[in-house]
Amino acid sequence: MERRHYDEMRAADGEVRSHFRALADWLAETPAERVAEKRREADLLFHRVGITFAVYGDEAGAERLIPFDTIPRVIPKAEWDALAKGLRQRVNALNRFLDDVYHGQEILKAGVIPAEQVLTNEAYQVAMLGLDLPNKVYSHVAGIDLIRNDDGKYYVLEDNLRTPSGVSYMLENRKMMMRLFPELFARQRVHPVEHYPGLLLATLNAAAPERVRDPTVVVLTPGQSNSAYFEHAFLAQQMGVELVEGGDLLVNDGHVYMRTTAGRQRVDVIYRRVDDAFLDPLAFRQDSLLGVPGLLSVYRAGHVALANAIGTGVADDKSTYPYVPEMIRFYLGEEPLLSNVPTWQCKKPEDLELVLDKLNELVIKEVQGSGGYGMLIGPTAKKAEIEAFRARIKANPANYIAQPTLSLSTCPTFVEQGVAPRHVDLRPYVLSGKEVKLVPGGLTRVALKEGSLVVNSSQGGGTKDTWVVD
Amino acid sequence: MGGGLVLSRVADKIFWMSRQMERAENMARILGVTSNLVLFGADAADQNLRAPLSITETEEAYSERHDKLTLPGLIEFMALDEKNPSSIYSCLKWARENAHAVRWQITSEMWETLNATWLEMRAIPRSRVTGSGATQFFDWVKDRSHLFRGVTYGTIVRGEAFNFSRLGTFLERADNTARILDVKYHILLPSVADVGGALDYYQWAALLRSVSSFETYRQLYRDQIFPIKVAQLLILERRMPRSLAACFDQVKDALDRTKGEHDAPAKRLGYELHARLTHADIEEIFNGGLHEYLSECLEDIGELGNRIQRAYLGMV
Repeated sequence: MERRHYDEMRAADGEVRSHFRALADWLAETPAERVAEKRREADLLFHRVGITFAVYGDEAGAERLIPFDTIPRVIPKAEWDALAKGLRQRVNALNRFLDDVYHGQEILKAGVIPAEQVLTNEAYQVAMLGLDLPNKVYSHVAGIDLIRNDDGKYYVLEDNLRTPSGVSYMLENRKMMMRLFPELFARQRVHPVEHYPGLLLATLNAAAPERVRDPTVVVLTPGQSNSAYFEHAFLAQQMGVELVEGGDLLVNDGHVYMRTTAGRQRVDVIYRRVDDAFLDPLAFRQDSLLGVPGLLSVYRAGHVALANAIGTGVADDKSTYPYVPEMIRFYLGEEPLLSNVPTWQCKKPEDLELVLDKLNELVIKEVQGSGGYGMLIGPTAKKAEIEAFRARIKANPANYIAQPTLSLSTCPTFVEQGVAPRHVDLRPYVLSGKEVKLVPGGLTRVALKEGSLVVNSSQGGGTKDTWVVD
Repeated sequence: MGGGLVLSRVADKIFWMSRQMERAENMARILGVTSNLVLFGADAADQNLRAPLSITETEEAYSERHDKLTLPGLIEFMALDEKNPSSIYSCLKWARENAHAVRWQITSEMWETLNATWLEMRAIPRSRVTGSGATQFFDWVKDRSHLFRGVTYGTIVRGEAFNFSRLGTFLERADNTARILDVKYHILLPSVADVGGALDYYQWAALLRSVSSFETYRQLYRDQIFPIKVAQLLILERRMPRSLAACFDQVKDALDRTKGEHDAPAKRLGYELHARLTHADIEEIFNGGLHEYLSECLEDIGELGNRIQRAYLGMV
């Protein structure tokens, strides 16, 4: 079933869009051999620098490169500005929502979102009730996944408000492009993204407990075997702060300390890349070796900040997603600037009936799933897979949502046969401190297999540099 | 980190990565000299082959894996054997693993050096190392170690991470120099009565070359090779950068700069060793027995390593 996609580079008449012209000219006049040589150089550099990611379920300690595509995805500045405005609005509303559900619960009282939808959600943390956070920010770092449908419009596919990853690839991809193709950057002004680590540090400083003047910030990683370890290390280095593991931290006298060669040192802000359940074995999963015993009590006493806060998952759950436009109207009194993808919630009997009827046309997702796992893409799935999914949905309808198969836009990409269109999405990173900030760009993920719509790196996806140009 | 502090776990990795690179270099030195001596048919071939095993205290482990003591067997065991924790292969592997764990705390140049070294190590055909390419391989290991040390010295912030890198490097080097001298001296000069007697010039030259000191000896002493002067050079001559005295100048400097809450035992022993090496007299050392003196040094170096571990790096 072939559908028409929005082509990022060419309009329907085949004409190159103006913001892509400089790149298209360069592609046309540069010998294929030189470009191929540069691609090999990029591979070598990534290997040498060790920008790799671990793959779950792969042999122990296996490290792979995420394929990097040397053709950037280009976005005109005006389009970006509109997107950025919509992203700020959306993340503001999501943070307001989180503050609300852990305080007055006005939105539930008003009946805008069913109370049980929030209060019985696995990611809802009673430990957060009544806790006041600096600037009322819960998701300090949000990654919002966007796609562009065949109507040319951007849609939010999902919000990632817990520990979104990938920003290191945004930064490394830019560095690599500037190193490989400096002449491209001379042809047009590409808005910089390099200041992201500085913005991130400012955001984390703003999250510090109020009395702290010069906060000590650390990045908490689950450790080397984590798939995003490279990123944790990279961000700590770029911000000039410590990368700690659970064992490096201890709680004493109501504060968190790290163990250094000179003794204990107070820690004020923890940018944690460890999931809620593993943060504190005394409060959450007892078998966790990744966390810090007693951390929650210090957090609740306001003596340490966590970014992102505990319990943000209640807002980015796929079953909460359909309500985000309503949140924007409720908290901000504004119309949403970014569209949601129409979503059917299988927990609603009328939606379930419709979904089961059209399984071969829809995308089915688990409400808690991520990374492209636990997903059914109806139009490309085999009959047996569809039937297996049907049984799983019927057994636990509340665990699933369904969306129409959107046609992700395509961007020219180097593949074995040469340059060919491949489907892409876009994840900009939104930072919330005293105000909401983002750098112009984000991570463009590309499905390298022909026709594939799955862009996740764990399933054969690659990445591209993302250019916002004047 | 503000104030130059470093996490104990991180300092531990930096300390060990530096030790492992230094150890890889010393293994390459010992093996390089040994293969020269054996290939050029020097006397006491069997003793020469055995020396690297006694230096690293791995005779038993070797005989568990090899029936006969041969040069290819020795190189296989000490350069390539993954199961031998002191092999060059293991040292480069663990140096890289430790660097990987702290690559944000070290400079990217340090990480890239160790990572590239490990990737190259894996790509080297084993048969080349145990065969005609042995010398080339040992030179490569030395080059990579020199590169790593230079890159470290030239790029890392002067703070605690630097101090622990220096401590690791020079404790390891002191340990190796003492071991090489102890074992070789014993082979070359079984009886103290032989001091000043006829010498196997090539053997002594080889010993000096294994610590890059052949030219240094000539330059500093302008004399024939006398055993007591070789000992003087390797133990007390602080102008010679692989001597125990020179190593402990560096250890003392690093300890001076390092701050800890409960580090008195480590500092006490480090300073004491430094003072002993500063004021020692080679004749007195010989009177008391060189082997006894070196054994005591090795024990103290080991103990200093333990105390540094306890004071700063945390118990594992």
